[in-house]
Amino acid sequence: MNALSHTSKPDAARLALDVERVRVDFPILHQQVHGCPLAFLDNAASAQRPRQVTEAISHYYHHDHANVHRGVHTLSHRATDAYEGAREKVRGFINAASTSEIVFTRGTTESINLVAATLGQSVRPGDEILITHLEHHSNIVPWKLLCERTGAVLRVAPIDADGAVRLDELQQMIGPRTRLVAVAHVSNALGTVNPVKRIVEWAHAADVPVLLDGAQATLHAAVDVRELDCEFYAFSGHKMCGPTGIGVLYGKQHWLEKLPPWQGGGEMILSVSFAETVYNKLPYKFEAGTPNIAGAIGLGAAIDYLSEIGLANIAAYESRLLGYMTDRLAAIDGLRLIGTAEVKAGVQSFVIDGIHPHDLGTVLDHKGVAIRTGHHCAMPVMEFFGVAGTARASLAFYNTQSEIDQLIDALQVAREILS
Amino acid sequence: MNSGLLDIYRQKVLDHSRNPHNMRQPARADRQVTGFNPLCGDKLTVFLTLEGNIIKDVAFDGSGCAISLAAASMMTDALQGQSVDRAGELIQEVHAMFGEGAVPHDRRLADMRALENVRDYPSRIKCATLPWTAVQAALDDSGKQVSTE
Repeated sequence: MNALSHTSKPDAARLALDVERVRVDFPILHQQVHGCPLAFLDNAASAQRPRQVTEAISHYYHHDHANVHRGVHTLSHRATDAYEGAREKVRGFINAASTSEIVFTRGTTESINLVAATLGQSVRPGDEILITHLEHHSNIVPWKLLCERTGAVLRVAPIDADGAVRLDELQQMIGPRTRLVAVAHVSNALGTVNPVKRIVEWAHAADVPVLLDGAQATLHAAVDVRELDCEFYAFSGHKMCGPTGIGVLYGKQHWLEKLPPWQGGGEMILSVSFAETVYNKLPYKFEAGTPNIAGAIGLGAAIDYLSEIGLANIAAYESRLLGYMTDRLAAIDGLRLIGTAEVKAGVQSFVIDGIHPHDLGTVLDHKGVAIRTGHHCAMPVMEFFGVAGTARASLAFYNTQSEIDQLIDALQVAREILS
Repeated sequence: MNSGLLDIYRQKVLDHSRNPHNMRQPARADRQVTGFNPLCGDKLTVFLTLEGNIIKDVAFDGSGCAISLAAASMMTDALQGQSVDRAGELIQEVHAMFGEGAVPHDRRLADMRALENVRDYPSRIKCATLPWTAVQAALDDSGKQVSTE
């Protein structure tokens, strides 16, 4: 069951998520902001952590911390077991074939930069990297830099007025010079869910590898990299209730094997002399230096937490909540929804006539409602819709209908004051 | 409604933001500088025409939030017809107002005082200073673009 799929719908009768029980696990949600209960609707920027994640991290620091893969002493063993245990959890979470395909990074951005820097070494002038118009800056700028370095060409598949990628055009843009297709699984600014499985099929028909930016996907529904069949899948811990500073690059084993190492240092080598360096096996070849051990352990705890609730339950609950929010927003006079693609997850952007998003954000904050305002690190998307920025409310499974009502009430207040 | 909220969207601020003064693109200007706030994507261009040491005309154009539009409108009112030296002093007073909380005593900044509570909103101070930063760059003739970051 997968809400990010374009075919199957969750079986509502079988699913259940007790939001009040879930919220107990998130201490941060239970506070007042400017005298109002906090309604945290900025989850696409960074989600919150359940107690289980912070407790796993403090337990590790209080009992098990030592450097990994280094020592013969007990703590080093424990730390290594916990770190590698987290890698196995990640593998299971995205259904990768092997833990050697799971590289820990600082986040989605670093994962994408890793691919751009290594795969990029074989890119030649005139080669093409294909992205879409709805990408986050982190799936644009690494490729721009690569193109500037190599003389390759960045090609951009257009989007339509609903904020969906124009698939016919994207398909046609995959050609003999395409070296990589790099596409968001879910758009951070618009919430559009791209039909990535079809995109992968089209790319593979032309023998082109695909990188998927999964930063906005992993909190909202189950991801299966073997079903998607993508070569690379990048995502971040902090967008899925894990810590900041930890992320993942999944890569198909034979791709990771043929890519050159990226950063050099400890851990990524087997032996070093001034004449010759032998690089470590996967995934350590791409993990130079002491890794973010606690971050990986926290991410593992987040995966346990999400899995226990059930990604299918989360997807079904969020889908209902997003529908409710979108309907209530659409009923506001002078409000324009930005991003109305057929398949969406978690996010609704909007603008209100005559009110700047930053002013909206300030008024909403005063009513306890946290949303993101601005360009959402997707300036080309803003340009396409002819706005400098939008207001964006983004959901997680711990949000409630009454928080959405609080958002709508606060928007009415903002209109009274500002328009 | 929390009273603190109304303190940044005072009537004077809303009057300026809804009907900004000197919001136009002059046919010709001696200098123009675009102030850019990367945080929100706002861009305000300030146009300056000098006659010797005197600001003969200052205008602005672009898009921005209520705070930056009001500040730009107030900025043009304050600097119109002033000497370059005097303008420099006024700009310093504005920065001191948002930086250290110093109350501007110059009567040309009377309207700007309506924005004094923006100081309580760290993420919004740059909205208020954007046009002032841009006009400073225009007076210094130090480039075509200036960023708040």
